[in-house]
Amino acid sequence: MAVPSGSAAELDGVDKSFGAVRALAGVSLALHNGECLGLVGHNGAGKSTLMNVLAGVLVPDAGRIAVGGTDLTGRFDAAAAHQAGVRCVFQELSLCPNLTVAENARIIHPAIRGIGWRRQARDLIEGQLDKVFPGHGIDPDTLVGDLSIARRQMVEIARAFSVTESPARVVILDEPTSSLDTVVAGQLLDFVRRYVSDGGACVLISHLLGEVLSAADRIAVMRDGGVVALDRASAFDRGSLVAAMGSVAEERGIEAAASKRASGAPVVRAKPKAQSDAVELIAHRGEVVGLAGLSGHGQTDLIVQVFEGSGGAEVSGAVALVAGDRQSDGVFPLWSIAENISIGSLRRFLSGLLLDRGGERTFAEDWRQKIGIRTPDVSAPILSLSGGNQQKALFARALGSAAEIVVMDDPMRGVDIGTKQEVYAMIRDEAAKGRTFLWYTTEMDELRNCDHVYVFRDGVIAADLARGEMTEEKVLHSSFRADA
Amino acid sequence: MIARVLTPRAIRSALPVIALAVILVAIFWLQPRTMSYFGLNLLLNLAIPIALATIAQMFILCVNDLDLSIGAFVSLVACITATWLHDSPLLGTLALAGLVLVYAGVGALIHLRNLPSIVVTLGMSFVWLGLAVLVLPTPGGKAPEWIRALMTLKPAYVPFPIIASVLIAGVVHFALMRSAYGTVLRGAGGNPKSLERAGWSMLKIKMTMFALAGFFGVLSGMALVGLTTSADANIALRYTLLSIAGVILGGGEFVGGRISPVGAVVGAIVLTLAGSFLSFLRLNPDWQIGAQGAILIIVLALRVLISRAEARP
Repeated sequence: MAVPSGSAAELDGVDKSFGAVRALAGVSLALHNGECLGLVGHNGAGKSTLMNVLAGVLVPDAGRIAVGGTDLTGRFDAAAAHQAGVRCVFQELSLCPNLTVAENARIIHPAIRGIGWRRQARDLIEGQLDKVFPGHGIDPDTLVGDLSIARRQMVEIARAFSVTESPARVVILDEPTSSLDTVVAGQLLDFVRRYVSDGGACVLISHLLGEVLSAADRIAVMRDGGVVALDRASAFDRGSLVAAMGSVAEERGIEAAASKRASGAPVVRAKPKAQSDAVELIAHRGEVVGLAGLSGHGQTDLIVQVFEGSGGAEVSGAVALVAGDRQSDGVFPLWSIAENISIGSLRRFLSGLLLDRGGERTFAEDWRQKIGIRTPDVSAPILSLSGGNQQKALFARALGSAAEIVVMDDPMRGVDIGTKQEVYAMIRDEAAKGRTFLWYTTEMDELRNCDHVYVFRDGVIAADLARGEMTEEKVLHSSFRADA
Repeated sequence: MIARVLTPRAIRSALPVIALAVILVAIFWLQPRTMSYFGLNLLLNLAIPIALATIAQMFILCVNDLDLSIGAFVSLVACITATWLHDSPLLGTLALAGLVLVYAGVGALIHLRNLPSIVVTLGMSFVWLGLAVLVLPTPGGKAPEWIRALMTLKPAYVPFPIIASVLIAGVVHFALMRSAYGTVLRGAGGNPKSLERAGWSMLKIKMTMFALAGFFGVLSGMALVGLTTSADANIALRYTLLSIAGVILGGGEFVGGRISPVGAVVGAIVLTLAGSFLSFLRLNPDWQIGAQGAILIIVLALRVLISRAEARP
C-alpha cells in the first residue's frame, strides 16, 4: 500500500476550558496523510471538543494548529478550516431541514455559483452519494426535512467528502454510524478505507470499538481531556482499549455498606420501554441509585418515566426533578434566586390566595446557607450566579420540596469539582435521612456515591451492579457492546 | 399520475392560491362588474403596498425573527416620500437610503446582543412613528409625480396591479428561492449553527435580511403614497399585522426558514380582497379585521388537516 507520507493536520498543546472545567489539557495529536485515526474515550473525555477545535468551531485557549503543513494558529476559524480542507460530520446533524439535499451541498461549497448552479450541486452530491453509498436511493431534490434520520446522516457524510475548489483533506466523522444500519455502515467504512488509501486523512470517533479496531490504522484513547494512549490499531484489542479508557489510578476501596435492600418494599420500580427481559430498575427508601452508560442510551427517558409515573413505572411518593440542561429545563432566567428556589414548594407559602413573600425569602435564605450558594443576596437574579451555583439553587429547589424521591438528569454537567464534592456530601446526607435518589450521571466518580448502579445500553438496562461489585471496568464493559 | 401530483405538500402549497380563487369567485359573483380591467384595477391596487410590506416581513421571518415595526416604518417612508422626496429629491433619497441602513443596524444589534427581535422592533416602531409625526405633523404632503405616474399606469389588456404583483413575486422568488446566495440566506433560518460551521457569517446574513426588509418597506411606503397622493403618520400602522398574516397565509412559518415569496404575495392579495368582499356584502368595514382573521384561521386549519393526513402513511 503506497501511503503518501506527510502531515495532514497537527494539534500541539491545545488547551480549552469551559468555565471551571478543563475540557482539553494540552493535547498534542498528529494526523498523517493516508491514515484513519480512531478516537475513543468515555463521555466527557474531550473527543468532541478536540474535533470542534480541529474544525475551527471552537477557538482553543492555547496551542498550535497546523493543517497540511501550514501553521494556521491565530487565524483559524470555521471558514479557514474549510478552506484548508477540514470537514466534519458532527454528532448532531447539521443540515438545513428547509433546504433540499442539493441546496445543502451548496451551503458548504461557495464555489458552486452562477447560472446552472443547481445542476452542479445536484450532480456533485448525487455523484458523491453514489460513491459512498451505492444504491442509496436519495433524490437530491428532496427536502432534507422529509428524509429519515439515517438518510440525513448519509447525505451529511457524502457532503463532507465532496470536493469542489476546496479539497477534502481531513474528514472528521463523529459517531457516523450511530443511526445507520449495518449494511450502510459497512459501505461507509469501506469508503473510508478507499479514501484513506488515496491519501486522505480521516478521524473516526465511535463507541463501537469493533468498528474502530477494524477501520482505523492508529487509535488514540482520550481520558480527562488528554490523550492517554496512542498506537497502531493492531496493538490494541477490545480489552486493552477499555482498560486504557478507564482511570489507571488505584480503585478507591468502596466499603460495602450494608444493603438497604434486605427489608421493605421498593419505592420506585421502573422498566425501560425497550427492555424485553425481566430486568427492571428498583430503588428502596434511602438509596442512591445510579444510572450509568454512554450518554443518550435511554437514561433520561427512564428518569422522565419515573418523574411522570408513566410507562408502567410504579412510584410511591412525590418526585422532584433536578434538570441537567440548566438553561433549557432548569432555571427561570428572569427570576431571582429566591423565586427559583421556592417555586418547587410554593404551596407551603400560601396565605389565603396570596403568597407569603417573607416566608418565601426566609426559606430561600435558609437553603442558601444550608447548601452554600455563593451570593450575598437571594433576591439577586439567578443569572448573576456561576453555573455551579445555579445548579446548587436547582438542588435547593428539589431538596426543599416535600418530595421523597429526587430524580437527577446528569445534574453536574459543567460544574467545578469543589461544588461537586459539596453536593455529593449533601446527597449522602439526605439519603441517610430517608430520601431516595435516582441519579443519571456520565461521570465515573459520581457512581462511587451510589448504592446501586444500572448500566444502560441501546435503551435497555445492560447491567445491574450493587455497590460492592461496581468497578469502573465493569461499567465500561457493559457500556460498550460485547459483539462490536 | 394524479396521486403523484396531488401530494399533501403540493396541496398545501396550493392553499393560498385556492383561497385567492375562492374569494375572487365570490366577489365576481356578488358584483359581476368587478370582472373588468377597471374593476380589477380598483380591487387590487391597494394590494401592491401590502404585498411589498409582506415581502419585507417575510425576509425577517426567514431568519426566525419577527418585525413589529414594519407598519410604522412604512408610515414614516410614506411621510418622507410625500414631503422631502417631493420637495428635494436628493434629501429624500438620502433619508430613505439611511433608513435601510438603520434596518441593517437593527439586524446587527439583534444578532450581536442576542436580543428578542420582538422587543427591539416593538421599540423601533415607536421611533418610526415619532419620526413620522415630526416629518409630517398633520396629514397632507404630495406624492412625487413620477411615483404617481407609475402607480396609475394603465397598460394594455392586463391591469397594472396584476403585473406588479407578478413582478414582485417573480423577482423575490428568483433571488431567494433559486439563486445560490438566496439558498444560503434561507439556510440561515433552517439551521444557523450549521451555516456558521460552514464558515458563513450569521451577522452578515442577518444584516442582509434586515436591509432587504428595509428596502422593501421603503418600496411599500412609496407605492402607498403613489396611490393615496398624500400621507399621514398613521397611514400604514395596520400593515404590521397584515404582513405577518400574509406571510403565514402564504405558506410561511414562524421558524425554520420555511417561506414562500409567491405565497406571501398571494396571501397579501387575499387579505386585501377580504376587505372589498365585505363591502360588497354591505357589511360594516369594521368587521374587516375579523374577516381577515377568519380567513387566516380557515386556511391554517386546512393546512393542519393536510399535514395530519401526510403524517398518517
